[in-house]
Amino acid sequence: MSARITASVYTSHVPAIGAAIDLGKTAEPYWQPLFKGYEPAKAWMKAHRPDVIFLVYNDHATAFSLDMIPTFAIGCAAEFKPADEGWGPRPVPVVKGHPELAAHIAHSVIQDDFDLTIVNRMDVDHGLTVPLNLMCGSPEAWPCPVIPFAVNVVQYPVPSGRRCYQLGKAIRKAVESYDEPLNVHIWGTGGMSHQLQGPRAGLINKEFDNAFLDQLIADPEALSRKPHIDYVREAGSEGIELVMWLIARGAMADTPPRVVHRFYHVPASNTAVGNLILENV
Amino acid sequence: MALEKPYLDVPGTTIFDAEQSRKGYHLNQFCMSLMKAENRARFKADERAYLDEWPMTEDQKLAVMARDLNRCIGLGGNIYFLAKIGATDGKSFQQMAGSMTGMTEAEYRDMMISGGRSIEGNRYIGEKK
Repeated sequence: MSARITASVYTSHVPAIGAAIDLGKTAEPYWQPLFKGYEPAKAWMKAHRPDVIFLVYNDHATAFSLDMIPTFAIGCAAEFKPADEGWGPRPVPVVKGHPELAAHIAHSVIQDDFDLTIVNRMDVDHGLTVPLNLMCGSPEAWPCPVIPFAVNVVQYPVPSGRRCYQLGKAIRKAVESYDEPLNVHIWGTGGMSHQLQGPRAGLINKEFDNAFLDQLIADPEALSRKPHIDYVREAGSEGIELVMWLIARGAMADTPPRVVHRFYHVPASNTAVGNLILENV
Repeated sequence: MALEKPYLDVPGTTIFDAEQSRKGYHLNQFCMSLMKAENRARFKADERAYLDEWPMTEDQKLAVMARDLNRCIGLGGNIYFLAKIGATDGKSFQQMAGSMTGMTEAEYRDMMISGGRSIEGNRYIGEKK
């Protein structure tokens, strides 16, 4: 029996959500609808605990300074500490990795022509820890090992949606060639529409976001051909994070998935929040 | 041959590309240094002296001291790096983003609660609203 990817999770990773959790504000009227919207996702997560989560996210000038920003970086360490992003480290558990599977995936995917950077020391920021909180709540320890997979969406040019989608397929192949019957979930995080800079800051585009969700479910192949400029113009300069969702989608089976949960909410601070769970059938 | 940059006609938006990154290297690395508590304290004690330790341009230093984030971005800053200055000042990301829009903090917050800035009229420079 080999490892397999059984499900994918898509979620925004807004830092203010982390702050709301850390400061005990989740029941406040501003935040209550958002956290209520994630309840079904948390219940599903409890009932479908994986052996490993492969978590696609982006570093926000935390582990990677302008000295060096890899386009695709895979975390192969035994553990990853929550970073001090300037407000002090978030009070969340240390993230335990899965070095054996991570190294296996790195080897396979690089041989498949995707030039990953192998990282053995890396602090993880809200991009990784907020999705874990949204899906798992605030436990003493995260429910399973996590392989952090960081994508550069900060410094242009960033990888295209097409390349991300094809990378997902290579990750699927890599997981399926691992000789241990592990149940793996792959998560794509970031987005949805938002812009954090300049006079256009605050941009939200609900029509774009919902069309993106529809197409991600039904026709990811076509969605993967969406050029960068469409994300920037329609979903805001930081909406480009959505290309990371295509990595997770590419790692799913070619047959249509089952939609377990879909949720959309505006706003969390400056951002539109989306959450989607797809299972392979 | 000129590089393809289709994003230059998006209004109120500066894409942090390789050229901006080159211009902003020292500015952004100064921001990174604020992730250490002792550096935040030193910066707050004497901003000018701290900035003078970095090979930044005078314009970049003045823009930081004025907390003019639009100007910082024009000079090569990236918002995720600049956010470290906001964190040092105790500002939220929403306060930082709002400060670039010409709106008051309350106006910006209310706009977000009512669904955010509309895409209509905000796709192209010079587009009719």
